[in-house]
Amino acid sequence: MSTSTMTPRRPGRGKLVKTIPGMSHSQRLRAINGANPPGIPMRSVKGLVLLIACLLVILPFVAVISTSLADQAQINAAGGYVLFPERPTLAAYEAIFRGGVVTRATVVSIGVTLVGSALSVTVVTMLAFALARPGTFGHKPILLMVLFTMLFSAGMIPNYLLVKQLGLLDSYWALILPTLVSGFQVILMRGFFLEVPREIIDAARIDGAGEIRILTRIMVPLSKAALAVIALFTAVGYWNAFFNAVLYMSSAEKWPLQLVLRTYVVDNSSIGIDLPGEYIPPQQSLQMAILVVSLVPICLVYPFLQKHFAKGVVLGAVKG
Amino acid sequence: MAVTGLKQSERAGPVDTADGSSDRRRRVRRSPDLATKRRASLRDRLRRDRALLLLAVPGVLVVLLFHYVPLLGNVIAFKDYQPYLGILEAPWVGLENFAIIFNGDPYFLNALTNTLVISLVQILFVFPVPIAMALLLNSLLGERIKRVVQSILYLPHFMSWVIVVAIFQHMLGNAGLYNTWARHHDLFTVSIIGEPSLFIPLITSQIIWKDAGWGTIIFLAAISRVDLELYESVAVDGGGRLRQLWHVTLPAIRGVIILLLILRLGDALTVGFEQIFLQQGAVGLEASEVLDTYVYNRGIVGGNWGASAAVGLVKGLIGTALVLGANKVAHIFGERGVYSSKD
Repeated sequence: MSTSTMTPRRPGRGKLVKTIPGMSHSQRLRAINGANPPGIPMRSVKGLVLLIACLLVILPFVAVISTSLADQAQINAAGGYVLFPERPTLAAYEAIFRGGVVTRATVVSIGVTLVGSALSVTVVTMLAFALARPGTFGHKPILLMVLFTMLFSAGMIPNYLLVKQLGLLDSYWALILPTLVSGFQVILMRGFFLEVPREIIDAARIDGAGEIRILTRIMVPLSKAALAVIALFTAVGYWNAFFNAVLYMSSAEKWPLQLVLRTYVVDNSSIGIDLPGEYIPPQQSLQMAILVVSLVPICLVYPFLQKHFAKGVVLGAVKG
Repeated sequence: MAVTGLKQSERAGPVDTADGSSDRRRRVRRSPDLATKRRASLRDRLRRDRALLLLAVPGVLVVLLFHYVPLLGNVIAFKDYQPYLGILEAPWVGLENFAIIFNGDPYFLNALTNTLVISLVQILFVFPVPIAMALLLNSLLGERIKRVVQSILYLPHFMSWVIVVAIFQHMLGNAGLYNTWARHHDLFTVSIIGEPSLFIPLITSQIIWKDAGWGTIIFLAAISRVDLELYESVAVDGGGRLRQLWHVTLPAIRGVIILLLILRLGDALTVGFEQIFLQQGAVGLEASEVLDTYVYNRGIVGGNWGASAAVGLVKGLIGTALVLGANKVAHIFGERGVYSSKD
């Protein structure tokens, strides 16, 4: 493939470091332009544009979280949505986790995400490891087979018919198996394995280690960070997956959270959330609380992702 | 022992063929007994690599089952498939299913037109945003501010489309945050949600909101590789920031811009399926039907399996040809080709 023509210039390895070590790119740029600082008007315009961009991202999340914590009186006073909850209450969360539709959907989503990403990372790691040893039997055809999947997709109808033929309709496996292995993951992982020095592997083999031991004792520990990032990306993918559930899951009690979110929060359809006889929080709070529940796992892993993804994305773009 | 003596730089393809004759230079460097090892019989190589092969088996099976078997399923595009008959029993109908593409079916033409218009609008209005944002971010002096802004702007990329659409509806919908607030204060209201004529601006702004920040990464990476001496030269020659931007930064990221633009053109038939699917109910099919949703609505919902599989197949073939063509064009422009993944 095209990879042989690529010579990635790695940041931090070029001339940059040689000139002024220890300084960031923009610090160096500032040093160069020291005599020529940008004008105040220009700086304020730039700052304003970025401030507005950030507010456009942050404010909706603030409103969502605040409204999920608001009570009926405050929602009535605000006309629907709240930016700052005055008397925050967890009533909406208590209501959705009372054991109804949302509770079940959350459990389904967590289960699919955990099982799916664990399986996916295991299978992808094994395949990537096997493909990271050029010259072995079948290496080239298997690699081509994996690469080729990145070029086409069979289409929705054949995929649906396959899942149907396999008898997986309405089974949780339909949410896990079709997206278990993607060519992109395999190639990315393989790229990390290829960077492990050959000498280490040879040394281990001379010491009598078999392939599985080499994989678990050398490759995996050496590529821990890469594995973690791929695992997290996979998990986010499973957590966010929506359309496969539309296609394959017909019984509402097996729906993952994204589908409940769509029905109750996007389409405003009732899903029998409220239990009779008990205090029912305002609809907006309930809807926003479900939204928050679907946001929380992503926000939890976001700092880890962010630490690594720039590298991963750039690598992916270069190596893909 | 399975020491093959191959270098890390296995990407030079010919090395790992069994005969290896096309790579004489490497061959010479190899010690003689390794060279004979390479000529080991098929059975020996199988036995030698069996552990690796076993490790590959689950992945290979999944890839075959979920990426290659569905390809065979495309035969129903040439059949009159009915669920109760099954794929094998369905009668062959030749190219009958493909007629829908050529006989001016209004629903298909509507889907095709919408797809192309949305693609064009996105290339014009979405594509430049991350570039501008990257240049803006790069010109920010404080490293810490830059990092904070980046963390904020990248976040929406990790939200699912369901979340993004839900947020847009509850913020901008008729009963949403903005409109209730604006009515309360007698300000102008917006009615962009559920308005068929504004559907394209709506989905365009959603894409910008979700992915523009994320899109800056690749441009920022390209900018960070620029040799600072070039800026210095411009500064020494008396050029200001605009000249630096024009003569150094933009030429430096030109390659990435061209590459991504070509790849985007190659993806012209694919416009955000989940995003559009989620909002079809509110605006109706005329404004929002695109090729992918057409396949779903006509095939899986409407039971018109053969015809929609035919549309999906043609779309897939043209899409693959476009991506491959785009990659070729990228090579011609002297850029590294990228076989992009669909995510």
